[in-house]
Amino acid sequence: MADFEPKIVAFVCNWCTYAGADLTGTSRIKYASNVRIVRFPCTGRIDYMLLMKSFDEGADGIIVSGCHPNDCHYTSGNFHARRRWIMVRSLCDFIGIDIRRIKFSWVSAAEGAKWADIVNTTVSEIRELGPYNDYKKVAKRPLKEVSHG
Amino acid sequence: MDELRRRAKELLEASSVKVVIGYENGTDGKTRALFIENPADAGKLVFDSRCIMNLAAYITKHEVKSKGKMAIAATLPVMRAIVQLASEFQVNDNNLLVLGITPESKMIEFKDLTEVETFVHQYQIEIDSRNKEMLDRIEKMTPSERWDFWIQELTPCFKCYACRAACPMCYCHRCTVEFNQPQWIPVPSSELGNLEWHIMRAIHLAGRCVDCDACYNACPLAIPLNLLTKRMLLDAREHFGGYQPSLKAEHLMSTYKPDDKENFIM
Repeated sequence: MADFEPKIVAFVCNWCTYAGADLTGTSRIKYASNVRIVRFPCTGRIDYMLLMKSFDEGADGIIVSGCHPNDCHYTSGNFHARRRWIMVRSLCDFIGIDIRRIKFSWVSAAEGAKWADIVNTTVSEIRELGPYNDYKKVAKRPLKEVSHG
Repeated sequence: MDELRRRAKELLEASSVKVVIGYENGTDGKTRALFIENPADAGKLVFDSRCIMNLAAYITKHEVKSKGKMAIAATLPVMRAIVQLASEFQVNDNNLLVLGITPESKMIEFKDLTEVETFVHQYQIEIDSRNKEMLDRIEKMTPSERWDFWIQELTPCFKCYACRAACPMCYCHRCTVEFNQPQWIPVPSSELGNLEWHIMRAIHLAGRCVDCDACYNACPLAIPLNLLTKRMLLDAREHFGGYQPSLKAEHLMSTYKPDDKENFIM
């Protein structure tokens, strides 16, 4: 699937992962350019509907990332988010949404290298999985045909 | 049943409540909700195994609430819903009196909602064997089989929202599905719109659904949408220390523990 470039949406919090991604850039660490970063005030603000909408709009994978536990700028936003992720992820699994395409991570403002690593692994994993045609079909989006070989 | 009728009559005569909510005989051998304001109508009350609709759906409605203090004939699932609603500050002792009906069909009049809560806690929410079997069957499928199963089940849905109307926990004045700026859920009953509506519904009920199956019973197409909420109930129990809805001091999604466990965050 060499000719398939996945579209990845990353929902990140302003205070840790966004700053971390900034650090990746200022440290001149190269990483996959497939990712579109969307900045939020806090992981607590990242609604599960946004994940659904990303798949609707044709994303092949999603990264959700924020501050490590106990590091939240608003004290507890990431703890709330974690509870939500546990429930949402398992419901998605039950419905048959490919949960390998939704990655959750904690990336602090100092972990520029970790961010690059997460993006790179996600991109290579999604490249293996191919375009998310199941969801695209339901959302009536144009399917991506990938030639094998 | 006689005791229920007698007590309803007494309460209305003494004007200690303004309206009694119960069941009456409907058409086609079914029962329907009954709102009694006149003591003379107390004789219309019925109670038997056909009374499966969750009457707690009415106690948050303005049309009923505005009449004054309500009394409600409540089976176990209805009592669970009441306790959950009380914990969400939707009802309180000043506007609701509970005439509980035990699983043994005995009537208990509760002094206050704390008593209802104590009563409800004697019974754990159990998922019946038929639904348990369905859940197991779906869990054993591969993700893509599960996807096909749900798309097939949900595609006929024409979004009548009877599930929402029947649910005691769906009391928001404005539901996310009606928001159009942005339009979260596509309006037409398309595959996508249906899928997103049912995901949204299930998530909004996480930790709140009391597993009364009112949604499933109300669905004109008998879509097994209650399996989604049942699964969330089991998940909450597994991940959050035996969590069960209708515990007054505890909410699933608006609280957290610093040591909540997961195994998927990188």
